Amino acid sequence: MTELPSGAAPPIVEAIGISKRYGPTIALADARLTVLPGESHALVGRNGAGKSTLVGILTGLRASDTGEVRFSGEPAPLISDREGWRQRVACVYQHSTIIPDLTVAENLFINRQPTERGFISWSTLRRKARELLDRWNVAVPEDMRAGDLRVEARQLVEIARALSYGARFIILDEPTAQLDGEEIKRLFVRIRELQAAGVTFLFISHHLQEVYEICQTVTVLRDARHIVTAPVADLPKDRLIEAMTGENVHLGVADAAGRVRDENAPVALTVEKLAGDDFADVSFTIRRGEVVGLSGSTSSGRVGVAEAIAGLGRFSAGAVRIGDKPLPSGDVPAALALGVGCVPKSRHKEGLVLSMPIADNTMMTVSHKLGPFGFIPPAKRSTLAHEAIRSLGVVTQGPDQLVSGLSGGNQQKVVMGRALANAPSVLVLMDPTAGVDVKSKEALLGVVERMRQEGKAILVVSSEVEDLRTCDRVLVMRHGSIVAEHKAGWTDNALVASIEGIEAQ
Amino acid sequence: MSTTPSTASPASPAIRNRSAVAMAGRIRDLALLPALIVLIVVGALVSPAFLTQANITTILTSCAALAMVVLAESLIIITGKFDLSLESTAGFAPAIGALIVLPVASNGFGLELPTIVGLLVVLAIGAIIGFINGFLIVRLQLNAFIVTLAMLIILRGMLVGATKGRTLFDLPDAFYALMIVTFLGIPLAVWLAALAFLIAGIVLKYHRLGRALYAIGGNPEAARAAGIRVERVIWGVYILGGVLAAVGGLFITGYVGAISANQGNGMIFTVFAAAVIGGISLDGGKGTMFGALTGVLLLGVVQNLLTLAQVPSFWIQAIYGTIILGALMVARLTSGAPQT
Repeated sequence: MTELPSGAAPPIVEAIGISKRYGPTIALADARLTVLPGESHALVGRNGAGKSTLVGILTGLRASDTGEVRFSGEPAPLISDREGWRQRVACVYQHSTIIPDLTVAENLFINRQPTERGFISWSTLRRKARELLDRWNVAVPEDMRAGDLRVEARQLVEIARALSYGARFIILDEPTAQLDGEEIKRLFVRIRELQAAGVTFLFISHHLQEVYEICQTVTVLRDARHIVTAPVADLPKDRLIEAMTGENVHLGVADAAGRVRDENAPVALTVEKLAGDDFADVSFTIRRGEVVGLSGSTSSGRVGVAEAIAGLGRFSAGAVRIGDKPLPSGDVPAALALGVGCVPKSRHKEGLVLSMPIADNTMMTVSHKLGPFGFIPPAKRSTLAHEAIRSLGVVTQGPDQLVSGLSGGNQQKVVMGRALANAPSVLVLMDPTAGVDVKSKEALLGVVERMRQEGKAILVVSSEVEDLRTCDRVLVMRHGSIVAEHKAGWTDNALVASIEGIEAQ
Repeated sequence: MSTTPSTASPASPAIRNRSAVAMAGRIRDLALLPALIVLIVVGALVSPAFLTQANITTILTSCAALAMVVLAESLIIITGKFDLSLESTAGFAPAIGALIVLPVASNGFGLELPTIVGLLVVLAIGAIIGFINGFLIVRLQLNAFIVTLAMLIILRGMLVGATKGRTLFDLPDAFYALMIVTFLGIPLAVWLAALAFLIAGIVLKYHRLGRALYAIGGNPEAARAAGIRVERVIWGVYILGGVLAAVGGLFITGYVGAISANQGNGMIFTVFAAAVIGGISLDGGKGTMFGALTGVLLLGVVQNLLTLAQVPSFWIQAIYGTIILGALMVARLTSGAPQT
């Protein structure tokens, strides 16, 4: 089946008939993937479609039940032959595989440091690291502490390390998830350069726009199966989404433009001349039933403002009032008591206790008022958890499933459930759809719309155009202060230009 | 990032089986029961005296003190911290309580305060030690392992200093009461330990404070974001741990009938062994009181068996350690989950 017309280069990687089961769950069923040398190939699919499993099989971290993987026409090495796999393929994960306390140079040659008479030669190590970084044009000092690298530089160091093993096929797992616009642009420039130098990329992303920007071919997985492989030029965005979801949909999110709103609804949140570490003199109000976006690049201070309102961060001057009650600085229990619900920026860092069940996670904010003397009656726990699972559409085995076993989108729904458990009057949502699939994104933004109709005041802190579309107005921050306000009905280009600070003035 | 096999596709409703999930959790708690049962069967075969009521009471009595300290340590470990100083607390607290009660003739300070004051001081000393540990770890943000290691050495030294290395005899009867007074033939200390485990188990499962311990041990940032006062809870757990260890110390005093200058010495290793065999994760956030209790009972049964089997006393330590390792492996096999 790998017969090729003579003269054509064999695919750099070819996976045929790959199936993988985990107990009763089918993770991949007869999936296939063919990546030609020199192209950038996108692998897309909703959470749970089987992307991670396929990446695991392609990198030799797990064996498939059936099917075979071939690299440049050769059968894949044995699973035990880590060295062999490393020479053919590498994956740059979202989570860093760099050891932060070692230098860049040592990270590049970890466990294969050049030696002289059995001792590590640090000078040779530094020289070789410099050569490697220069060869691939990575502008990072080799003696820098790796933990101090920016995300983007860290990814390039990981790519350089993979290339130094001889691999010319690199898998990028959501490389842009933690980058802002400018950084993404720089990363894409480097990817194109590396591509020109003969490196092949498999690119995994939830941002379909990026797929069109950087890739030539796209493969879609859905429900563990291969759906389509086609040049991106032949697959417009709606057809791509259709292939991913299996339905003919466009993102079904309520657009705030044309929404009728009560202009005289009482003010639920007042932020007055608020100042803190990375923001100053920020003022705005949100009325009941109003959704306000707070946007800007990652370093604009938007997260600082949001965390101050949620009690997660401190403010040094100014005031936040919920209704007419002032909010103390940096006091989460007080914020909860005043009726502020919060989806924190990172679900893994502040959002969830992965080792605990869904029920405990959703109830964490309200555990003091479920039963007498702080006891949590099991019946009530079960009712509330089922209620949260149902109303948010969490795909799970039940309230006692550990959160660590959920997919990203479902985990984010649990974080949302935790924010809503308190029946808040003000909701602060930070990057509420970060790293979740199209369907979950739709569900989460649907919750925002439902909460708006219930009359909550909602602050959506994000730089995602799709998150912001549901907002009545979007405030844009730059260097710690609000610089622009866009009423619903803005065009994508105008808003993105404003966020990136490149609007024509 | 994305694909988690267990929730891979909505097309597999067959796995919507909640009891299976609940079972998986329970199996980890029960991991030690097979080992415990094997030991009991072996014990019954080795010695006809093993399964007698008297011997069972002996086992329970001998592990009451260990149980209290394991309870204290388990609560602290679940919260994601450490306390090595508990063994010194178990020696130091009762000794100070005794010293302020005893006359100079019995090596006391000569204050001759009422016995009840002495007993209250025992508890207070435990609380104060926990408070200081908590202050150093929570407020000054020092490393828990090293702080409590230093505290262990300090308290050990202070105990030797205060008693001048001598053993305290002739204590008021109240110091032994927990071991002497029995109910249904079993000393109060055992009932108290059982009650403490029961309360701790209920609170951990059904009270918001208990759930807060797991949340803090699992992810302190997320706990803080959910409105849990993380520092305050950790501090409180250290104080509670100190008090429980002091009570454990009183059990030892009652069991031995005196307070020696090295009361509690070396106990902390057994405490950690019991907790970890019982499924309390050293990473924090995992484990149950039932598991910890089976850990304590297992070690108690082993000690008893070694004595009944008349193993030469010089070899007891080596065999005891080997059995702890063996129990760890059995628990690992039966639960199927890696121990951390």
